[in-house]
Amino acid sequence: MDFRLTKEQEMMQKLCREFAVNEVEPIAAEIDEQERYPFETVEKMRKLGMMGIQFPKELGGSGGDTICYSIAIEEASKFCGTTGCIISSHATLGAWPIFKYGTPEQKETWLRPLISGQKTGAFGLTEPNAGTDSAAQQTVAVKQADGTWLLNGSKVFITGGGIADTYVIFAMTDKAKGNKGISAFIVDKNDEGFKIGKIEHKMGIRGSQTSELIFEDVVLPADRLLGKENGGFKIAMTTLDGGRIGIASQALGLAQGALDQAVKYMKERVQFGKTLDKFQGLQWMVADMATKIEAARLLVRRAAFNKDNGLPYTKEAAMAKLFAAEVAMDVTTKCVQLYGGYGYIREYPMERMMRDAKITEIYEGTSQVQRMVIAGQILRK
Amino acid sequence: MKVIVCVKQVPDTSGKVAVNPDGTLNRASMATIINPDDKNAIEAALALKDATGCEVVAVTMGPPPAEGMLRELIAMGADRGVLVSGREFGGSDTFATSQILAAAIKKIGLDDDDIVMCGRQAIDGDTAQVGSQIAEKLNIPQISYAAQITKDGKKVTVKRMLEDGYMTIETQTPCLLTCIKELNTPRYMSVGGIFECYSKPVDVYDYNTLKDDPLIDPATIGLKGSPTNIFKSFTPPQKGQGRMLDGADRATCDELAAELLKKHII
Amino acid sequence: MADFNNTNLADFSGIWVFCEQRQGKLQPTVLELISEGRKLADDMGVELCGLLLGGKGVGDAMAKDLCAYGADKVLVCEDDKLETYTTDAYAKVICDTVMAKKPEIMLIAATNIGRDLGPRCAARLHTGLTADCTHLDVDVEKYAAFLKEASTLPQEQLDALNREDRNLKMTRPAFGGHLMATIICPRFRPQMATVRPGVLKKGAYDDSKQVVTEAVAVNLSDSDLQTKVLEVIKEAKELVDLTGAEVVVSVGRGISKDVEGGIKLAEELAAEFGGVVGGSRAAIDSGWLSADHQVGQTGKTVHPKLYIALGISGAIQHKAGMQDSECIVAVNKNDGAPIFDVADYGICGDLYKVVPLMIEAIKAAKAAK
Repeated sequence: MDFRLTKEQEMMQKLCREFAVNEVEPIAAEIDEQERYPFETVEKMRKLGMMGIQFPKELGGSGGDTICYSIAIEEASKFCGTTGCIISSHATLGAWPIFKYGTPEQKETWLRPLISGQKTGAFGLTEPNAGTDSAAQQTVAVKQADGTWLLNGSKVFITGGGIADTYVIFAMTDKAKGNKGISAFIVDKNDEGFKIGKIEHKMGIRGSQTSELIFEDVVLPADRLLGKENGGFKIAMTTLDGGRIGIASQALGLAQGALDQAVKYMKERVQFGKTLDKFQGLQWMVADMATKIEAARLLVRRAAFNKDNGLPYTKEAAMAKLFAAEVAMDVTTKCVQLYGGYGYIREYPMERMMRDAKITEIYEGTSQVQRMVIAGQILRK
Repeated sequence: MKVIVCVKQVPDTSGKVAVNPDGTLNRASMATIINPDDKNAIEAALALKDATGCEVVAVTMGPPPAEGMLRELIAMGADRGVLVSGREFGGSDTFATSQILAAAIKKIGLDDDDIVMCGRQAIDGDTAQVGSQIAEKLNIPQISYAAQITKDGKKVTVKRMLEDGYMTIETQTPCLLTCIKELNTPRYMSVGGIFECYSKPVDVYDYNTLKDDPLIDPATIGLKGSPTNIFKSFTPPQKGQGRMLDGADRATCDELAAELLKKHII
Repeated sequence: MADFNNTNLADFSGIWVFCEQRQGKLQPTVLELISEGRKLADDMGVELCGLLLGGKGVGDAMAKDLCAYGADKVLVCEDDKLETYTTDAYAKVICDTVMAKKPEIMLIAATNIGRDLGPRCAARLHTGLTADCTHLDVDVEKYAAFLKEASTLPQEQLDALNREDRNLKMTRPAFGGHLMATIICPRFRPQMATVRPGVLKKGAYDDSKQVVTEAVAVNLSDSDLQTKVLEVIKEAKELVDLTGAEVVVSVGRGISKDVEGGIKLAEELAAEFGGVVGGSRAAIDSGWLSADHQVGQTGKTVHPKLYIALGISGAIQHKAGMQDSECIVAVNKNDGAPIFDVADYGICGDLYKVVPLMIEAIKAAKAAK
């Protein structure tokens, strides 16, 4: 069992670390303060192929693997939860469904621009009354006589809403069938009747734009149906499986980044005539946090490894997200504590990391959902 | 058209450096990096590749781990790498190194419209000599301290920095340029590049590969062949406790100035 | 070239200093080199020559100063093609002259031009060149005394040095200055060194010294020149950023009573070194300097050659950003300020009074060199 990264994965880590230090960190506080989407960083990442890491070269991607994708998100998140979120959501929520379920024509038209760094993607499942209970969709798509679909409804809390060019949207196409009557559609930002609604002000990842989507009689040609008619629920669930690895990586990065900075601080800050790192109570906090982070990392890497090697990864991805998110919340909170008063002051990055960490326990399946998934996997056998 | 870029893998001396109890440098305490000025040279070569489609070859003289650096340069966009490595080459000073690299460049092939690019200096040796000496051994013109480069067919025009201004110098290919940090901002590796770099060629030139070149005379390469030797190496005394100077008048400041003079800061 | 046998050391004698001039002006550092060359020539009992290249008339313009500072003779190479520096013309003339007259040692100032020219010549002459030297010795006793002060080498090593050794011992920094190395070139001649400007001391000007020049025939044709200089432009130096600066002068809360005056003093002091101005968090928060000037935990970390802290208390936020600077000087009214714990030199006083005196003292020290 080889726990080491391959040469390429090490190079990826080097690239992402350098990029994070030079490009991500310097504006991390500013984009949080101003709730500003970091267009300039996204542009730089696009040029380097970071928005299509794990997709094949033939389709316009970078030809890398899921572990490299996880590394990219982790390294960015060490300084900025927003940037980690952007890398993750674009690739797994926006691009992956089209990669997995699209026709060759759809891949050429919609996937290639997403993974070759020209366009951004997003995913619209959640509605005001359909969060964890995603089957309670009220957005509706009705097939017309001429084969087109008429889309009406709204989505809420959509990552990248208003920024993305291409949206994978879920709608009820056969109400009688419950969650077996949901279909997936590709919607373009310029489609008539598609509007961006409220842009949310959030606790954390404030640079990642989250918005409401509104569909008023949007006409979708037949070739916008993604996958099988009424097969959308499966598309949503499998997409979220992969998304979990991304979010788990984001959580991992936030935890590691917070601990790294706290350790540095403890070596500088003097109280009672010695530096904080000399106090055993605090040393033990560091030991516990480092151990949890390492355990989270192994879960994340294992899930990524499984996905890369064609092994089942639903349970592993859920475990990784569940554990890493809770570790991130725990570690960032404790790191704020280690900084004392300074941890609460916005001039220091610690409070932002704690605010950013919370979302990892909620989006792309709450921790409660992850528990449902894991229990389901174990108990059904 | 080719651009051949000479690169060196060096310890990162820009940060804090650990000193062993016996006064020698703890080299293990320093990470290895691509020499910063060489990154500017590679970027200049890649910019020419973007504009003209030319080939970019990265050459380095070093021990086997230097291959990892060549792979990184390929991931940045270089087309292939050459690792010049052999026991016989070890311990070379700049004169010997330039002979070896010149021989390697001849083996790669230096055509009429090619350019050799080097960084101005390496942050370990700090000599800034190898580029110039390679040019002499290849008998091609050199322009150093390049802060701007334009190529028009065989004509190369360079803004060459002086301490208090610059010269604009024109020459013809084949020529050698040494690059400084003001020249450009080096690009990152690309993700796609990382996943392709191990499938691009990296050739290894050892002593046998190059020995037929008259420049590779065992008497003039390696530690034994180097005209310069290290007579003594030492670390300056560690910083001791600071001290308060007496008073706050002109005499105090004169004392401070004298100290700064002694330390070569003035 | 084939006939230049430079391994028979006895054939070579004398110390030469390349006298770099630009646009008819002698580079000031050349006089430092001449003075140093004079000392070495006296130690060795040999002749010191200046080697001067340039357009017509440079000999007349500069020989007097070169001899007054210690050159026994100035070898003058005048030609239109030498008026503006080109690597090819200068390297050819220098190498031709070296091969004809066989000096034992050649010193070149490590200017942008010297560092371009020196290696090309050394490669052509098949000899060793040591770059950017900060100390030169031939006499072993003097070298041992130098090592005693500048190194941590044990006394036994200093005693074991061979007092008869007449090689030029060229000492220079390596590894970014973390290591010092003394280099020798035992088997080839001339022993060449480029010398860091501003380090060696200029000697006394002796008006009574005889001016001796020798015209050297210059043999240059168009085909010797592979480059063409289109223009030479003088330009003021661009501002260096904080993290790349060699010298940083920072201000803190101590300038609150006269912010504009305090910043001006800091700028003047920084200008003496070609350095930049920084600030503590207090200075930035109060709006006295923009955020990109901030040195400290939540600002930039710097480790310049010289860091001067004016009116800065030295709380951990600030210290963390500058404590690895090579040399730290602090000025503060409060002698208990934590900044003094990390400073190499501390002055307890009013910065508005002390800094002008510092500027004067530094100007004086520079002039006396």
